[in-house]
Amino acid sequence: MSTSGKSGAGSRAGAGGRSGAGARAGASGSRGNSGVWPTDVVVVGATSAIAEQCTRLWLEGGASTALLIGRSEEGLARIAADLGVRFPAAVVTTSVVDLVSASSISATVEGFAGAGSAGAAAGAGLTVLVAHGAMTEQEVSQASLTAAADVLTVTGVSPSLWIEACADTMTAGTIAVLGSVAGDRGRRKNYIYGAAKALIEAMTEGLQHRLVGSPLRVVLVKPGPTATPMTAALPQKGLAPVAAVAGEIVAGVNAGRPVVYAPLKWKLIMAVVRTIPAPLFNKLDF
Amino acid sequence: MSAASRQKVSSWGRLSDAEHDVVAITSAAAAPEILTRTAPGITRGMERSYGDVALNPGGTLWDTRGLNRFLAFDAETGILTCEPGVLLRDIQATFSRQGWMLAVTPGTSVVTVAGAVANDVHGKNHSTRGTFADHVVSITLVRTDGSQIVCGPTENREWFVATCGGLGLTGLIVEVSLRLKRVPGPWLLAENIAYQSLPEFFSISDDSEAEFEHVVSWIDITTDGGRRGILSRANVTPSPHRPLPRDATVLGGVRGGPTFPVVPPFSLVNKATLPALNRAYYRMQHLSLGSSVVHYKPFFYPLDAIQDWNKAYGPRGFFQHQCVLPRPVGVEAVAEMLGHVRASGQGSFLGVLKTMGDREPIGMLSYPRPGVNLTIDFPNLGESTLALLARLDSVVSQAGGRLYLAKDARMPVPLFQAGYPRWQEFMQYKDPGMSSEMSRRLLGS
Repeated sequence: MSTSGKSGAGSRAGAGGRSGAGARAGASGSRGNSGVWPTDVVVVGATSAIAEQCTRLWLEGGASTALLIGRSEEGLARIAADLGVRFPAAVVTTSVVDLVSASSISATVEGFAGAGSAGAAAGAGLTVLVAHGAMTEQEVSQASLTAAADVLTVTGVSPSLWIEACADTMTAGTIAVLGSVAGDRGRRKNYIYGAAKALIEAMTEGLQHRLVGSPLRVVLVKPGPTATPMTAALPQKGLAPVAAVAGEIVAGVNAGRPVVYAPLKWKLIMAVVRTIPAPLFNKLDF
Repeated sequence: MSAASRQKVSSWGRLSDAEHDVVAITSAAAAPEILTRTAPGITRGMERSYGDVALNPGGTLWDTRGLNRFLAFDAETGILTCEPGVLLRDIQATFSRQGWMLAVTPGTSVVTVAGAVANDVHGKNHSTRGTFADHVVSITLVRTDGSQIVCGPTENREWFVATCGGLGLTGLIVEVSLRLKRVPGPWLLAENIAYQSLPEFFSISDDSEAEFEHVVSWIDITTDGGRRGILSRANVTPSPHRPLPRDATVLGGVRGGPTFPVVPPFSLVNKATLPALNRAYYRMQHLSLGSSVVHYKPFFYPLDAIQDWNKAYGPRGFFQHQCVLPRPVGVEAVAEMLGHVRASGQGSFLGVLKTMGDREPIGMLSYPRPGVNLTIDFPNLGESTLALLARLDSVVSQAGGRLYLAKDARMPVPLFQAGYPRWQEFMQYKDPGMSSEMSRRLLGS
C-alpha cells in the first residue's frame, strides 16, 4: 500500500469563498438532509463513476477530507487533482490497494479506521463507501468459469470483506456499499453479476442485524442502470444521469437509510419484479 | 472500452434521429489510437447545437462527455485547465463559490467546454467581453493522424484561430485552459424594462451598454404594429448572506428541475397558441419590471430550468434562425424579418433581440460580429417553414449578415460563403478525418 501526499495544495489560495457550513445550511429542505453530512469520507473503488460523483457531493456538502482507495494510481491521481481544484480547502489523499486480498483489506481498514486513526477520531463523521465491482458482460462471464470467478470475487466477495472489516474496526459512522437492482432477482441477462450483488445484500442485512443499537450504520445502495463513461457506448434510453443517481445515494447514506434505491422508482419496479411467479418470470425476456 | 455502439442521435432541434456509431473517448492518452482507428467522424458533446454541426449520420461520433474533470486552477490568474467534456454548469457552480465565473457564457449551461470553443459561443455581454474564445489561453488538439497540436492566442495562433469556432473540424479537443473572471459571488443585480417599438429597443439597449455588462431582450414576434418586448440588463453584485435557491444547493443542483415528460404528437407551439403564449410571457415578465437581485442561474439560463424543453415542439422538431446583421441596415432588416414572421403566423415565444459589440471575433468561422442579433424558433412544419426561412435568409443576405452555424440545419451554401468569407482559409486547417453532416453540406467534405 502506498499513500500519496495531499493534492490540490497549489490552489489552496482560492479557498476564501467556500464555506462548508454555508453549503450545508443552503441544502436544508431537500430530501435526505435530515441526515448528517460526513466530515471524513473513505471511498473504496474511488475511480468508479458513481463513487467519483458521490465524493464530489460529500466534499461540496462540507466533508473536509477524502481518502480515495483504488487499483489504478493514475486514475486516482486524476480524480484527486479534480477534487483539489473543486475543493481547495479539502484534504484529498489517495491509496493504491489490492482490493481483493483479505490481508490488504484488513490492513487498509485498520489504517484509516483503527485505533488512533483520523477515521476513529472522526467518529460518527466518518462515512465509508465501498463502490467497486467488475463491469464484465454476462456473455463473457458465462463463457468462462475463470471470468465468472473473477466477477463473483471482485463484485461480491471483495466488497463483502471490506464492509465486514469496517464493521469489525469502526465504532461509529456509516458503512455504505453499492449493491445493485440486479441483485434483487437473478435473470439470464446478468445473473452472475447479480448473484455477486445479492451476496452483498445478505452481508448488509446480517451486519444491520448484528449492529442494531450501535452507533455504526450500514447502508445498502442499489443503483439502477446509470449513464456513466463505461456505459457511453450502450443505448442511453432508460439510463439515469450519474449525478442524479449520486445525489440520491448521498442523501440516503447521510440519512442512514438501510436500503437506498437510486433512482427511487427502482424500489417499486423491483418490488414488482420480485413478486412475479417463477413460471411466468421465466417466460419473460428481460 | 472504446467499442462503438450503434445509437440513434438527435441534436437539440430534433429534426433527425439517425443512427451513429458512438465511440467513447476514455482518456486524452487513448485519443490518438481511438481516432486513427475509427476516423472519419465528428465529436459530440451535449448535442445542444440545433442542427447538424455535431451529427454524422451512419458514421462515427466521438463522445467526450466522460472526460469531465478539472485538471488545475491557478487562483492568482484565474486560469482553469480542464478536460473537454466539463460542463459550463459545473464551472459556474464550482467557481462561483470561490469567487470566479466564466467571463462569457451562452444561454444554456448544459454544454461542454469543447463545444463552447468549437462554436465560439457568446453571451449577453458581447460588447464588453467578446466571445468564449477571447478567454481561452490554450487548446490541445489530437488529429486523426495521431498527432497533437497545442495552440493559443500566441502559440500556433493560426491553429487557434481555426479551432475557435472551427466546428470541431480541426481535431479533437482534449484539453482547454481558460481564464475565469473575478466575481463577488453568484448574484446579479438585474433590471427588466418594457419597450414598445424597435427604435425604443435600440435606444434603451445603447444606453444600457455603458452601465450594464449583460444586456439582452425578449421580443414578442406576434405583435403587428408596435414591437413590444422586455429588455433585461444586469451586473454582478455582492450579496453574501442571501440563501442559495434550491436548485443551487448541493443535492438540489444534481436533482435538476422538472423534465418535459413526453414528446407531444404535435407541436405545442403553433398558430393557435402562439399569440397567447407571447401575450402570457409578456404579462409574466411585465410583473417583474424593475430591479432585483437574482441568482445567475435564472438570469443566464432560464430555459435550463425545464429539462428537455425542446420536446415541446413535437415529433418533427424545430428550426432556430439566428442571424447577425450590420447595424446601419439592421434596424430595417429586423423590421422586415419580423414582418415576414408575423405574416406567416409561424414562430415561437422564444424571440431574442440584442445588439452585438463593435468587435471582430477571433475565429475564422466565429459567428459574432458587430451589429444586431435576431433569434427566432420555428416548429418544423415542413415546406412552409423552409419557405419562410428562405425569405428570412434573403433579408440576411441583402443586409450582408450571417447565420449562426451552431443553430443551422439548412442554410444555402452561397449564404454561408458570403457570411463566412474566410471559409477557404479554414479548409487548410480542417482535419481530413473530421467530417460532419454540416461540413459535408457547407464545406464539401
